[in-house]
Parts: sequence; structure tokens; C-alpha cells
Amino acid sequence: MATAATAPAPSPTGYHEASGVWSWLATVDHKRIGALYLYTALAWFIVGGFEALLIRVQLQGPNGRFVTADMYNMLFTMHGTTMVFLVIMPLSAAFFNLLIPLQIGARDVAFPRLNAFSYWVYLFGSLFMNVSWLMGQAPDGGWFGYSPLTSLQYSSGLNIDFWLLGLQILGVSSLAAAFNFITTIINMRAPGMQLMRMPIFTWMAFVVQFLLVLAFPVITIALVFLQFDRFFGTQFYEAAAGADPLLWQHLFWIFGHPEVYILILPAFGLVSEVLPTFSRKPLFGYPVVVFSGIMIAFLGFGVWAHHMFAVGMGPMADTLFAMTTMLIGIPTGVKIFNWIFTMWGGDLRFTTAMKFAIGLIALFTIGGISGVMHASPPADLQQTDTYFIVAHFHYVLFGGSMMGLFAGVYYYYPKLVGRMMSEKIGTWHFWLSFIGMNLTFMPMHWSGLMGMPRRTWVYDAGQGLDTYNMISSVGAYVQAVAVIVFMWNLWSSRKKGAVAGNDPWGAGTLEWSMPSPPPDYNFAVIPTVTSRYPMWESKPPRSPDGPMKSAKELGIPMPNPTIKPLIVALFMVLMFASMLLIHLGHQQLAVASIITFALLMVLGLYSWLLTPLEDAH
Amino acid sequence: MATAAAVGHGHPPTTTGLDHRKVAIWAFIGSECMLFTSLISTYLAYKGRSITGPFPHEVCNPPQCATTLQPILNIPVTSVSTFVLLMSSLFMVMALAAVQNKGKPGWAGTGRFARLQESSRFWLMATAIAGTAFLGFQAFEFTSFVHEGLTIRKNLFGSSFFTLTGFHGAHVTVGVLWLLTLFAIDMRRGLGPKDSLIVDISALYWHFVDVVWIAIFTLVYLIK
Repeated sequence: MATAATAPAPSPTGYHEASGVWSWLATVDHKRIGALYLYTALAWFIVGGFEALLIRVQLQGPNGRFVTADMYNMLFTMHGTTMVFLVIMPLSAAFFNLLIPLQIGARDVAFPRLNAFSYWVYLFGSLFMNVSWLMGQAPDGGWFGYSPLTSLQYSSGLNIDFWLLGLQILGVSSLAAAFNFITTIINMRAPGMQLMRMPIFTWMAFVVQFLLVLAFPVITIALVFLQFDRFFGTQFYEAAAGADPLLWQHLFWIFGHPEVYILILPAFGLVSEVLPTFSRKPLFGYPVVVFSGIMIAFLGFGVWAHHMFAVGMGPMADTLFAMTTMLIGIPTGVKIFNWIFTMWGGDLRFTTAMKFAIGLIALFTIGGISGVMHASPPADLQQTDTYFIVAHFHYVLFGGSMMGLFAGVYYYYPKLVGRMMSEKIGTWHFWLSFIGMNLTFMPMHWSGLMGMPRRTWVYDAGQGLDTYNMISSVGAYVQAVAVIVFMWNLWSSRKKGAVAGNDPWGAGTLEWSMPSPPPDYNFAVIPTVTSRYPMWESKPPRSPDGPMKSAKELGIPMPNPTIKPLIVALFMVLMFASMLLIHLGHQQLAVASIITFALLMVLGLYSWLLTPLEDAH
Repeated sequence: MATAAAVGHGHPPTTTGLDHRKVAIWAFIGSECMLFTSLISTYLAYKGRSITGPFPHEVCNPPQCATTLQPILNIPVTSVSTFVLLMSSLFMVMALAAVQNKGKPGWAGTGRFARLQESSRFWLMATAIAGTAFLGFQAFEFTSFVHEGLTIRKNLFGSSFFTLTGFHGAHVTVGVLWLLTLFAIDMRRGLGPKDSLIVDISALYWHFVDVVWIAIFTLVYLIK
């Protein structure tokens, strides 16, 4: 390890960056933007978790009367939408931001201001979508928003408008970030950082950016059709006019299935960093892990209709999609074995991060196996729209994505904050999550196979569902405690945690070669990379000794802080929000405000683009 | 031991040698391909599914339509607008060449039109004008369709046709604004070889929008 952890107390590295609210609003530093993503996504995690708790209170016993049916619809819709778009994706984005430049030896992302823009669009878009709660008209058509339920005829309120406009806004954020990270990874690798030397997390992030770039335009168009149907009277989803009732489902799932891999691959990347470190072994079969990730992404575009077996596509289509779906289990299974073989014979250290990583292997495998079960159309016809499916995707999303992301938080918190999280509280967090998660979702396999339908606000007594639901609800309360424990750990460790030093875990990848937290310029000297685990296999590239110098002293050009991305993002979101006025019957006002905000956005954009990123040097 | 003296000034070279913006525009174009694929696929999936006229290539007779409606697509006029848009791509190539070669004496030869060929302002403006002309044709087409009874809410053909071509038109509009911005910069301080990249990127976008139109023209207008 480069330096011993002996830095002075107040700031772990003794290096002071700009502080204050303004420095955060105007930041273009990828690490700060990563932190903003992290904390915002965790805030929405609490909101989405609270929605889930209300659902579980309602379903705790038969014929619950805790919430109304309408409220229940809003709760499950917003729980799903929040967890997918406002929690797991931005948590992944937090790690993309924090880690990609550090892992490839770059000083920032390719477009620092665009990066800030992505975050502010996400923040304002997520707020916009949740303002619907204050108006009592939260989205209520499910996170998948099937037509014709979302048509004006069946959903005349603003609920669906909030949902579709919110998703459009969030799409802009994801796409802008994806272009940024693709460029960063292609173009900003340090000398010697060949593609096949990149850390697996960066590899999986790279794959995910391609999924985002190719999948998001499809949902954008699907949502545009829906918006036009609702606002301008087009007939895209109007079966009475001859429209294909399945058009929405096809477009949605052509996006929606790659989206599943957008949610899981970053977590796979994180555990592929955690497991080698705490096994003190290089990742087993590195190229295989890379190519199976690419394979998953590629096949991910060819399996979408397995979400639609119940609609009657015919035996040919059903067979084809069943086969591709089972095929995708192969590269996924390969990864599981790679992780197990990484641990095999290793010098295992059961830190909290390691526990969560192993938790992912165990729980994701359960979710993966139930996934292969409903890859078979005859089985799926029994399971679709039941709690069996709910059990399946919570095992892959909570047991997979969230476990991996928690592993990432414990593993990288020292790099981000400069201090360690408490292992003792972390262990409590892990076991409470693990037990609570299994208590909640394991019984759903049975209640589902007994026929309990999803998205239904009550069930009758005497159908054998009472016990399973009670256990699920108790599990949810245990998970709530787990989240409180986690938040406490996150909060208290930021001052009380042990000072981390450069490489508290004895890890092998490049991000551990620099101080924690890294200075705003990351690398005083751009390292030359000669292996996959530079900290293990070769002489570790190290920061200059002595007190850390500022970028100015080192002569490193830095992008100027600017709030222009924030302003452009704000005007863009206001422009989208103005579209609600169309539905409220204020056509002229709507047109006037859309044009006003669009012009302001374009003005802001010009002002942004015509200002150089950094001072001339 | 590394010291401050060993730290290079400026940015390290990019891995591929390409500018970041060049890499990003290709990623963006890849994304746009999926956008237009979704639009065109929907148009094609809905072809022949409208239950009332006007139709793109077929006559609509009573009782399906109140009165007999003629096929609505005007291929001769659209062929002209397509030609104009294709020419704009040529102008764009000329504009990029003029910017890249600015200051090189006699690169365009000594012929009668050499000075014209060397003028990036002329070619940028010509591209923008051709793009605007294309938009004019589209406005004319949309207006006449509406007069003939085809609106965006009339039938599936109207919904998918106006959305698809409208999205393309919006892309052309963005392109025209982009070209006019470059033109304004050229007027203010002159574009030279060091600005090749920003013109190159706008050219890539412009050619992409053109290629999309070729696909639309073929699949929507020419194939019955």
C-alpha cells in the first residue's frame, strides 16, 4: 500500500476543496456528482421503501382497509417506478460517476458539465414525478403502464401524465449520462489501460451504457405515442381504430427487458470488485466475465416477449422467446460460477461488503432459477400476474441489484468520504436485510403459486393466504429496521469512522492508489498501467509525497464550476411540466409556457456551450 | 518519486486520438437510430390497418369513406424535396472542406468558381437554406394533407405518418439552427481549420438526418 493511514483528523487527507451550498450547485466534479446521485437515490430509497411498507400494512391481513383501492394502485405504481428509475438506476449512476474515471486513470469524465446536467435533470425529474402525491394524483397504472389502461378513457386524471412526462425527463438524464460515460471509457483510459485490463465494474458500466443508449429511445417513442394519444387525440393505442393492442407491450418490453440488465449489471460489476479483494485473488476467468456480460446485454434485446406469453402470440413466438430466455441463463450462470471460483481457496475476509456480495450470489441465484421457471410458457401461464413473479423480481432486484449496491456502498464509502463505515453496524444491517428480505419475498412464491394475483389491494380470508402474507409483512418491517440501521451507519461514520487511507482493503485496482477522498484532479500524475490489478501485480503508481497540492499548483487544467447545467435542466423540466396544462384545459397558457421555457432552455444551452469549459492555459 | 515537476501541463492525449465530441456524436447517432427505428417500425406495423381513409397509396371508396378519397402521398413533390435535402448534404461536404482548407492557398484550384468553393459561409448558408426549403415542402405537404382530410387524429395512418415525419422535421429544424449558429460564428470570427471538428460534428448529424429521410422516403413513399 502506498501510504499508511496516518493522515490528520479533520479532513482525512488534509486537502481542502471548496465547500458550501454554492460549491455543490455549481460542481462539475464527477466525485461530487456521484455523491449527489448517491444521497438523492438513498432519499428516494426511503420514499420507495415507505410506499412498500404501506403496501405490506394493507396486505398484512385479509380484506385490509388501511388504504383505498385507488391509493393502493398509486402505491404499487410509485413503489415500482421509484425503485427502478429513482433508486437503482441512479445508485448505479452514483458508482459510474465515482468510479469510472478513478478506475481508468482519468481526471474527470469526458463532459463534466453534461454530467452535472444529467444529475440535475434526474433530481428535478424525480421531484416532478413525486409532486403528483401532493396533488393526490400519483401515477396509478403500474410501472409498465399497459395500454389501454393508460388511455384518456380509463385514466382521465393527471396520474398517467405525471408518469409519462416524468419518465421522458428521466430518459434525457440517462441518455446524456450514457453518451458521457461511453466517451469517457473509450477515450480517457490511462496509458496501458487496455480494454481487457479495465476493472470489471468499468466493463459492466460500459456495457450498461450501450444498453441505455439503445433501449431508452424505444421507450421514449412509446411514451411519445402515449402522450400524443392523451394530448392530441392520435390513435396509436386505440384498438377501436384498428391499432395493435400489443404495440405498447412490445415497445415497452423492448426497452423493459434491457432495462432489467441495466439494473443488474452494475451490481454484478461491484461484486466483481469486492469478491477478489476479500478473497485476495484475482477474479476467476476475467475474460469470461467480460464476455458473459456482453452476451447478457446482446441477448437481452432478444427476450422481451417473455413478458407477454399470456397475450397469445402463438406457439412459434412463444417457443422462440422461451429459448432465448433460457439461453440468457447461461452467461448469467457463468458469472455465478466465476464468483464462486474466485472465492474458492481464497484468503476470505468476511467484511460487510463481502457479506453483501455473497448475499447477492445466494439470493440472485434463487431469483435466477425462478426466472428460468417462467421462461417456460406453460409454467408462465400459471405464474404470470401472481405473487410468484413478484417474488422472482424482488429476488433479482433486491437480492441482486440492491445487495450488490450495498456491497458497493460499504466498499467504496471510504474512498468517497475518507472514513470507514462501522463493520459492527454493517453486520447488523446485512443480517437484518438478508433475513427481512427472505421473510418478505420467500412466502410470495407460495402465495403466488396458490394464485394470489399481483396489483390487487385485498384478498379474502380462508384461501390459505393469510399466514404467507403475515410473514411477508413482518419481513418488510424487519427490512425497514435494516434501512434505519444502514442510514445510521452512513450518517455516523462520516465523522466517527476510522480514517481510511488510500487502500484500506488491500485492493488491487487503480482507484485505491490515490488518497481518500481523492483530490479534485484525481491523479497528480496520470499512471501507466501494466496489469489488471496494478496495486497487486506491479509497482503501485503513487501520488506525490508530502501534503497534497492543489490543481493550480500542479498546473492541471480544471473545469470551472458553473450552474448553467442546473439552469438548463430546470428549464427543461419546467417545459415538460408545462405540458400538464394541456390536459388541464389551459391550451393557450400551456403553449405560451412551453415556448417560454423552451426558449429559456435554448438560451441557457447557448450560454453554456459558448463558455469554455476551463480557463485558457 | 514523482514530483510536481514531472506533471505535464494540459490534458493527456485521448486513448483513440479522437476528440471526445466526435466519439460522443457517434454514440448519439446510434441512439437516434433506435429512435427512428421505433417510429418507422410502428408506421410499417400500422400500414393497411387504418379503418377509414385517406390512405397513403390506395383509393378509399364509400362506405369506408364518406366520399371517394384519392391516395394522399404526392410522390413527385416529395421527390423534389428529397432531392433538395440530398443536395444539402453535398453543400455540407463543401462547407466542411472549405473550413478544413481555409488558408491553404489555391486548394480549390484557380477556376471560375474557386472563390465560391472556398467560402465556408456560402456553403453553410446554402445547406441551411436547403434544409429550410425541405421544411417548407413539409409544411406544404402537411397543410395539403389536412385540407384533403388527413389529420393526426383521423386514422392510424395519419397518427403514425405525422409523428414519424414530424419527428424527422424536428430533427431537420435542429440541424438548421445548428448550421445558422455555425454561420453566425463564421461571420463573427471566421471558421478555420482549428474549427474543423465542430463543423465535422454538425455534418455527421446533418448527414444522419438525411440518411434517415432516405429510409423514410423509400419505406413510406415509394414502397406501396
